[in-house]
Amino acid sequence: MSAPAIDSVRTTTPKTTGKRSGKAKRTTPARFDTALGWNDRPGTAWALRILLCAIALAVFAGPFLAILSGAFTRNASGSSLSFLPHDSTLQNFTVAGERGIWDYFSNSLVIAGGGLLLQLVVCTLAAYALARHRFRGQALVLTLFMLTMMLPEEVIAIPLSLVLGDVPVVHLDLKGTVWGVILPLGAWGFSVMMLTEFMKDIPDEIEEAARLDGVGELRMLWQIVLPLCKPALGVAGVLGFIMIWDQYLLPLIAAKDPTDYTVTVALSVLRSDPQVGSGVVLAGAVIALVPSLIVYLLLQRSLVTGIAAGATKG
Amino acid sequence: MTATVTSPAARGGRRPTKKSLVPWLFLAPGLLLALVFKFWPMAKGAWLSFYDVRPFLGDKWTGLDNYTRVLTDHRFQDAIGHTLVLGIGQSLGAIVLGFVLALLLEGQARSLKIVRTAVFLPAVTATAVVGELWRLMYYPTSDGLINSGLDFLGLGPVQFLDNPDLALWSTMAMGIWIWAPYNMVIIMAGLAGVDRSLYEAAAMDGVSLWQRLRHVTLPAIRPAVGIVLTLAAIRGLRVFTEVYVLTGGGPAGSTEVWMTRAYTLGFTRNDIGGASAASVVLLCVTLLLTVTVNYFRTRGDAR
Repeated sequence: MSAPAIDSVRTTTPKTTGKRSGKAKRTTPARFDTALGWNDRPGTAWALRILLCAIALAVFAGPFLAILSGAFTRNASGSSLSFLPHDSTLQNFTVAGERGIWDYFSNSLVIAGGGLLLQLVVCTLAAYALARHRFRGQALVLTLFMLTMMLPEEVIAIPLSLVLGDVPVVHLDLKGTVWGVILPLGAWGFSVMMLTEFMKDIPDEIEEAARLDGVGELRMLWQIVLPLCKPALGVAGVLGFIMIWDQYLLPLIAAKDPTDYTVTVALSVLRSDPQVGSGVVLAGAVIALVPSLIVYLLLQRSLVTGIAAGATKG
Repeated sequence: MTATVTSPAARGGRRPTKKSLVPWLFLAPGLLLALVFKFWPMAKGAWLSFYDVRPFLGDKWTGLDNYTRVLTDHRFQDAIGHTLVLGIGQSLGAIVLGFVLALLLEGQARSLKIVRTAVFLPAVTATAVVGELWRLMYYPTSDGLINSGLDFLGLGPVQFLDNPDLALWSTMAMGIWIWAPYNMVIIMAGLAGVDRSLYEAAAMDGVSLWQRLRHVTLPAIRPAVGIVLTLAAIRGLRVFTEVYVLTGGGPAGSTEVWMTRAYTLGFTRNDIGGASAASVVLLCVTLLLTVTVNYFRTRGDAR
């Protein structure tokens, strides 16, 4: 998923919640709540809406049921894919395990955990400097971070693979290590921009009061600023995780041999293995799916806020 | 994007830091990583695009050779066509479907929230997983998931990915499936901002549902649609993973797009110079597009 346009998340949230609470109080009929004027009372429109919702569910969520059922079906093949499992078994997961799916999965977890941690730390530090300090060259730095956002990773893939094999100045070979994937993910323009916007809105009085108490820069960030921007950190965290988990080209070019792959890249290894069927690929897909599902379901609110943030202001 | 970020220096009241080294210490990790893993590769790519890259033999300056070779290569020209068709079709399809979904699922009811959560799943799923899933759904025999549905309707099994005339459209369908829910969320945020009393006023005036959509809803969500379009256009140009996982560019190059072609050139054929030239061209087009769209958007806002 690519980064949505930057905007202050903070200004978005109260706006929508304010609208909602205002709406709850108002006594206008519900049919003015939606653009199409949907009605709660049973009738033709109501039935039509339920039917359309069912179709939407079948189209967008149905395939996920097919993954699940296929993963638990014995000898599942592409031709026997269905919404309900039959002849259920854990055999597919056992076979996938024999093909090293758990090693790929642990690669993925290390990369996602390390990458996200690095990304949050790096972007928070940069955002703090950009939001709470004034210095020469500030506009230039902002532009640079914005450029990293516009610069599609795909476009620099080929030279990046050369750089990963021989990092300039220090001449390290990062290929085949998790660092080859983690380090390029560290500076993410989207997080820097969003956190900067958010931190700018912290009142100066709070900072000045803390300074009078003799609070240093690091403590200021850690104890004063960070606790105040938890919502923004949530958005940066969930979008960052989804972005890192979605990486395909980067782990592909950073790998020295297939054992370095992440679980998402490894799916194609499973698929091209003539000795395993679709059921095993689907078991792998389920394993690759679960972490992003958990993150999504737990932090759905932050995710939706983050994506919608780009939409409210031009 | 550019318009919304104002430099804090522009806001008064913040005293200039005396210890001017401090902000740079905080910025150092981010700038270093961006420099080494983004800007240096970009510069290196631009550099290599003028060379014939030969490992161990040393690179040879060839001027614009790589560019002319890439731009006159008919497979690249085909790939550019596919990229445009895929990008435009996918973006428009995803916006229309996203809009329909947003209209359908707008509302505060708990059941609607659950449906929205489920419908949004494709947008949070890793692209590689989606690709593997669709490969299986497109299974070419009559008992494949989609083909069994078609069979039920009395239509023969369709070779979604094996038919060169169809593969690009099948890829597009998957792209729409991935991005429609994403657009739905953005458009829905726009819908939430529509003044409800306008709907009421429209009802008083007795306008039809269609007119109400056209004259009240659409103008209100125009900024949201603008953002969706910008993002989709940039995404469309650089599309890689979807195609690479689903078809690998085949059959017979019928789904080859710009980046899959550059990837093949760079990693399979070891033509680093040519691949770099292709990447530089794509980068320039992307930047040009971003700047143009931003220009028109800020001009539109100023009006």
